[in-house]
Amino acid sequence: MTKAGPILTVVLAIIALWYVACVPMNVQETLTAAERAGVAVSPEGARERAEMGRFALMAQNSGVLGGSWSVDRARLPAPHQIVAELWNSTWNEEVYGRRGLVKSGSLSNKSLIYHGWITLSATVLGFAIGAGLGVLLAVGIVHSKTMDMSVMPWAIVSQTIPIVALAPMIIVVLYSFGIQGLIPKAVISAYLSFFPVVVGMVKGLRSPDAMQLDLLRTYNASKSQTFWMLRLPSSVPYLFTSLKVGIAASLVGAIVGELPVQRGGLGARMLGGSYYGQTEQIWAALFFAAAMAALLVALIGWIEGKTLKRMGVQA
Amino acid sequence: MSVIEAKALNLTFQSNDGPIQALRDVNLNIEKGDFVSFIGPSGCGKTTFLRCIAGLEHPTSGTLTVNGMTPDEARKARAYGYVFQAAGLYPWRTIGGNIRLPLEIMGFSKSDQAERVRKTLDLVDLSGFEKKFPWQLSGGMQQRASIARALAFDADILLMDEPFGALDEIVRDKLNEALLKLWARTEKTIGFVTHSIPEAVYLSTKIVVMSPRPGRITDVIESTLPRERPLDIRDSAEFIQIAHRVREGLRAGHIDD
Repeated sequence: MTKAGPILTVVLAIIALWYVACVPMNVQETLTAAERAGVAVSPEGARERAEMGRFALMAQNSGVLGGSWSVDRARLPAPHQIVAELWNSTWNEEVYGRRGLVKSGSLSNKSLIYHGWITLSATVLGFAIGAGLGVLLAVGIVHSKTMDMSVMPWAIVSQTIPIVALAPMIIVVLYSFGIQGLIPKAVISAYLSFFPVVVGMVKGLRSPDAMQLDLLRTYNASKSQTFWMLRLPSSVPYLFTSLKVGIAASLVGAIVGELPVQRGGLGARMLGGSYYGQTEQIWAALFFAAAMAALLVALIGWIEGKTLKRMGVQA
Repeated sequence: MSVIEAKALNLTFQSNDGPIQALRDVNLNIEKGDFVSFIGPSGCGKTTFLRCIAGLEHPTSGTLTVNGMTPDEARKARAYGYVFQAAGLYPWRTIGGNIRLPLEIMGFSKSDQAERVRKTLDLVDLSGFEKKFPWQLSGGMQQRASIARALAFDADILLMDEPFGALDEIVRDKLNEALLKLWARTEKTIGFVTHSIPEAVYLSTKIVVMSPRPGRITDVIESTLPRERPLDIRDSAEFIQIAHRVREGLRAGHIDD
């Protein structure tokens, strides 16, 4: 429990800073709402206020700034508003909503659980493709000089192209072949997640030192025996490190893949929120995605712990 | 009968600073059952020569035969076990699993593997540690396990490259004594690289003194000590005399610099 203190301190500091930042960020909206409610603000009229600086407005209207944390469609919603939105769009929507799980028997398309599930399935499928491809490429690169020289530069180049630019093209190209829905998003996820796996796996498969390779030569071991008995087990710690990076990248890929399509998913939810000025919805989707990423990384960490323990690593 | 025979052996490495002659005109015969130590300062080519015997390095010229074959053929026939300076046990395998490694590679049957693991563990006095992982053992025990790994498939030749170099002297003495017992029991031919004079004299039937730049043999000493050697033989006049000759040989090699 000695770690809880520092972690809690940082979290509290961030939340405090957030609440403070809400005041200047939301000052225009706060004053407009107050004016509508019949409170005197200076200067009068939203247009006049738009000409003025935030801090000047704050100085002139310090009495009504208490509303900064409860503005509807705030520029920067306060943390408790986001938490409320998270609660409403998960539990309340599914349990009490007309289209919720309880009343309709299926997940509501207004709930984050529904959208999270769409994103998660694309993430996991894409990650499986990407990780599998990454491992295969790494095995090829380690065993073939030609592949090392030809594949590695392209793998690096592939990651220099902004995924936001590439994602719509992937979707359009696959659509022209009649493929849509889950697969294009998974392809984008795989595109982002194979790279860390390739790099980590190549490093891991090359990690046995000269002495260990010499030892196997004295046994006249074959290439495949060297691979299965030495290279692969040596690469396991490297593999898990890159899988953690890979699954987080995979989630980003799925979200980016959902932006242009607007057929559900956390990405669609975020973009929808920004179209309609629903900042709380954007932030809620963002936090939901972050929590999902954290859970996925933690899941891989858990598997890593179990695997390494089975491999006799000192606890 | 010569098990290892080197004639006019030369080996030159190409480095960025030009060619380096690692071995020059090495001639040596090792008989069956010999315990041969290679001693000399670093850079004298003792490890390189051992690696040539193992087929891990290839001489530039001259002939080298192991069991009448080329070193590469001998390696493929699994004619020797090799012990490195570091134990190099796989951390993800138990001690038993590490000893089983060469047996799995060479395709021994499951029951034969189990029997050989039990036998070699007993040979290096590690019975009861089969299920332990390497990190649970001391450095000396790990090195014993690596010797067991080299013995497991019963090659006639055992090549050891400074196997006790990283261990403290007390552990070293113990392992030297154990190695002599093991040699007497198994009647193997042993090539042993070291830079400790007492270790070389205590263990060997034949001591090969080497010197650097270029790596070459300056003296070959046939030991007159009996095969049965208690540790306190190291205080005998005969032992000190041989040690003296080794030291002279090492010094002679250095005068050339």
